[in-house]
Amino acid sequence: MSVSRDQLIDFIYDEVRMLDEGRYDEWLALWLKDGHYWMPLDYNQTDPVNVTSLMYEDLFMLKLRVERLNGARTFSQKPKSRCHHVIQRPFVDEIDVAGGTYVTTTFMHYVETRLDEQFLLALTARHELALVDGKLRIANKRVDILNCDAAFRNIQLLP
Amino acid sequence: MGRYADNPAAIRALFRGNEVHRDVYVDQEIYRLEMRHLFANAWVFVGHESQTPNKGDYFSTQVGDQPVIQVRHSDGEVHVLHNRCPHKGTKIVIDRAGNTGKFFRCPYHAWSFKTDGCLLAIPLKKGYENTGFENSDSKKGMRAVGEVRNYRGFIFCRLAEIGISFEDFFGESLSSIDNMVDRSPAGRLEVAGPPLRYMHHCNWKMLVENQTDTCHPMVAHESSAGTAVKLWEELDMPEGTPLPPAMEIIAPFMSPYEFFENMGIRTWPNGHGHTGVHHSIHSNYSTIPGYMDKMVGAYGEEKAKAILDENRHNTVYFPNIMIKGPIQQLRVFIPLAADKTLVESYIYRLVDGPEQLTARTAMYNRMINAPTSIVGHDDLEMYERAQEGLQSDGMEWVNIQRLYEEDEDFSEEKVENGTTERQMRNQFDAWVKFMTCDMDDVREAAE
Repeated sequence: MSVSRDQLIDFIYDEVRMLDEGRYDEWLALWLKDGHYWMPLDYNQTDPVNVTSLMYEDLFMLKLRVERLNGARTFSQKPKSRCHHVIQRPFVDEIDVAGGTYVTTTFMHYVETRLDEQFLLALTARHELALVDGKLRIANKRVDILNCDAAFRNIQLLP
Repeated sequence: MGRYADNPAAIRALFRGNEVHRDVYVDQEIYRLEMRHLFANAWVFVGHESQTPNKGDYFSTQVGDQPVIQVRHSDGEVHVLHNRCPHKGTKIVIDRAGNTGKFFRCPYHAWSFKTDGCLLAIPLKKGYENTGFENSDSKKGMRAVGEVRNYRGFIFCRLAEIGISFEDFFGESLSSIDNMVDRSPAGRLEVAGPPLRYMHHCNWKMLVENQTDTCHPMVAHESSAGTAVKLWEELDMPEGTPLPPAMEIIAPFMSPYEFFENMGIRTWPNGHGHTGVHHSIHSNYSTIPGYMDKMVGAYGEEKAKAILDENRHNTVYFPNIMIKGPIQQLRVFIPLAADKTLVESYIYRLVDGPEQLTARTAMYNRMINAPTSIVGHDDLEMYERAQEGLQSDGMEWVNIQRLYEEDEDFSEEKVENGTTERQMRNQFDAWVKFMTCDMDDVREAAE
């Protein structure tokens, strides 16, 4: 079974919509279990392990993040934050039909808001996708924030 | 003029032993006086020498509200210069780090300076002949801070020309830096990558106080650490399954009050102190194969064991840094306004030590201290609520009374119950001392 360009692009659109609508359980189900969500601290960072990143989380940590959002004593989410992604049409960078792996790059603007505050991040998301049991899954995701070296206040949801 | 400038009696009245007045957190005049007096007269952290390893390497930062440059001079020494051209005031460098070669050159009129600040050359120098320029302050070049000390790689400075010595200011508290550095078999640390930078819309002292506040983790962090413990238990792993590194780091935040009571707090004079005298949240990290052997090779068995048996939790160096020895981490709280603080969180690698320890501290940093970290979210929410709550005219005083004793003597080292707020009181004792040490007592005498 092969995956069309349109299916890859639709997958990326579906993913950000899940995040914007807070459908986190569906979003977690997109991930392969050994995948990592990486948000570097440095624009050209190559090492996620031995220097600091903004995020480098496996599926357990992502579940923790999601579970926490719904917690009864999650004070920084009372009231809750909301987010909004505006994305360009993803670039399909690599297609390996035999291996069932794909790489896409997507430029997006991410808006997060809570109470009277709202902020905007410009992002580049690089997805490594894999076809497993006939379904596309996220093998790894890297999100580079344009001003990754700036001092942020809380970024509470998932860019 | 405000209420507090050159009014040491009014400053002293803001701390009454077991309570502090809200003005220390919200008043803009107090903030400005902190910059002029406290941050000028105390020894303040600048950076680590490994941020400027080669001649001409520089790193720009702030000491209080003063823009400064840490630079490696041609003789190998690290200098700290005010980041200001002595001509018209232009900042000499604005990038955070780089190499300037043999000299700094102002981008405005090309005045140039040696890397120790001395004036090297001015274009069209003839225009200054017979103008008295030789006797001007500008002729002296870029101004250096009052005094600089490189302590085992950590660069501290005192802005004021005269004042307390480095040794008198830090005293026995340097044992925490010693322990962090001694964890390297080579006795040396190196910065690992750029720092995390995190903006807090609250007063800088709230962050410093939180470093030895042991009654908040199990409450404020229930949402993050508590949820982590719950999720791990739900996985129903077989008995004795080793905790993954992330759980080793986050689970101890949920330790009960008794754990924190028993771990102890030590205070030293001049506002320094640390949690985790007997044990800490860092005590039960798994060992890294081969590390102990290397340490024994470097220090001998007895000393190696003594170094690694120390598990100090947070050491506060007054006024504005905290270090975690067992994971080689340093956070600096840079005040930007009464209600705005920049946090920079550095990690270091142990020279000749195992890289797994660098990986652990990098994980700790992003899990606990990042603006994207769920644990950091818990803390910032509380600070910003406090900053807003202190606007209330309903009460003017903040309570730091826990385990308070009358006539506490902060000039002596003391170890107490780990949930005491003595260290916060110790900080305010030092705060009053350094805020008022160069204020004249004219007004006080008149009263």
